[in-house]
Amino acid sequence: MTTMRERFYRLAADALEDDPRVAMVFAEIGVAEMPRHPRLFNVGIREQLMIGVAAGLALEGMRPVVHSYTPFVVERPYEQIKLDLGHQDLGAVLVSTGASYDASHSGRTHQAPEDVAALAALPGWTIHVPGHPDELERLFTRSLAGDDRVYIRMSQETNGAPVHGDGLVVLRDRSGPFVLAVGPTLGATLAATDDLDVAVAYLATPRPFPDAALREALRGPDVVLVEPYLAGTSAGEVSRALRDRPHRLLALGVRNAEFRHYGTPAEHRRAHGLDAAGIRASLLEFVS
Amino acid sequence: MTPLGHGDLPELLTLLTGDEKHDWSSLSTLDVLWVLYDRVLEPADRFLLSKGHGPTAYYAVLAAKGLIPVEDLTGFGGFDSPLGHHPDRVLVPGVEISSGSLGHGLPIAVGAALTGRRVFCLVGDGELDEGSNWEAVQWAGRIGLAALTAIVVDNHSSTYHWPGGIEKRFELEGWTSAHVDGRDHDALERAFTARTAAAPHAVVAEVLR
Repeated sequence: MTTMRERFYRLAADALEDDPRVAMVFAEIGVAEMPRHPRLFNVGIREQLMIGVAAGLALEGMRPVVHSYTPFVVERPYEQIKLDLGHQDLGAVLVSTGASYDASHSGRTHQAPEDVAALAALPGWTIHVPGHPDELERLFTRSLAGDDRVYIRMSQETNGAPVHGDGLVVLRDRSGPFVLAVGPTLGATLAATDDLDVAVAYLATPRPFPDAALREALRGPDVVLVEPYLAGTSAGEVSRALRDRPHRLLALGVRNAEFRHYGTPAEHRRAHGLDAAGIRASLLEFVS
Repeated sequence: MTPLGHGDLPELLTLLTGDEKHDWSSLSTLDVLWVLYDRVLEPADRFLLSKGHGPTAYYAVLAAKGLIPVEDLTGFGGFDSPLGHHPDRVLVPGVEISSGSLGHGLPIAVGAALTGRRVFCLVGDGELDEGSNWEAVQWAGRIGLAALTAIVVDNHSSTYHWPGGIEKRFELEGWTSAHVDGRDHDALERAFTARTAAAPHAVVAEVLR
């Protein structure tokens, strides 16, 4: 199976051919994976310029797609994202690769579990966290057709199968605690809860958060969020959605720590309690 | 609305600030802006004011050219005024980018110029302290982005100065450049319009305080 990243490069190359409104702005990363094209702009290792150029293209009616490693898309040019896109009221599609710890062996500099929380602090962003290359294709293709501000967080972690449908999708409608798995955490969440009286729902688009769908799907008071980025990133959204209902929330995700470890993504997943055993242990403790 | 002339600028500036002073020469960008809007900019061009601090000269020129209503000037800086101490393009149709934070305009100008649009971007010599400008200067020079003109209003406000000259830094990156008196309208016009190579162009407009 192709990775999300491989699928993205193919889709991006096709979009450049098919849609004259589309332009790509890269900062070295990914350039070697793409055929040359007059609207594929490589600005070199200049991430502030990458966002500014995207804004200028959008100002002229283009649909810019920006791509780099997660920390270099979201964190290094954060003020450019806030002002050149948000404050100028211009749109772009930012597509990151690397997620929280795909580059586990590269250490902290290439790990960005705080990206979604940082971007979600700015108004007007749609944030997609696909859990499968097919979901990436659907979300990316749709994003190209718009003119809004979209962030797509690709990961090398994927679920075994894509989930069809948008927004909050209930996969196991059971009466117990309501577990909401975001993006590539679904596989481990399903494995962790298979034999438990636990409802499981899936979400590939955490922003805007599906308040109404959560209220409709929820049967009891217990909510468990499983997010592949900083733990608690969507806790405030759940709190707002359920503000008039007594509820309890367990928010699982990457721990907010200066995490000085290399190794494999699987080791990081385990260390943050995001593998099936970790999710199950946290869940059982929460409901006991 | 009938467009106003250069002689109307003091009155427009007084509307903005309430200040009755007659010598507006302290505004470093006033002559550059006037020459651009009066003699250089075509309807299809874009002008991006990156240096958004102290935008009174900008608003006065926009009002003189009928791009914003003169009556808006009196509310300058008020809660519901479209005209703030840093311009907001969403509030003011005649303003092409929102600015205030330094070092954002030139990278945006590069992106706009990639489409072939003729783009003029005004920055300050102090603003050039921000490294984001140099990302734009380097790349625009290397790719020969001829649709782009950067105007550096140099009023010597950068604490650490630019030893050897600002224009030398642009030239090294592949730009053409001119250095002119920022009060001399004819010299400014020549510098903005005389292009000699398929390269981005930098005009350093020196304005002594």
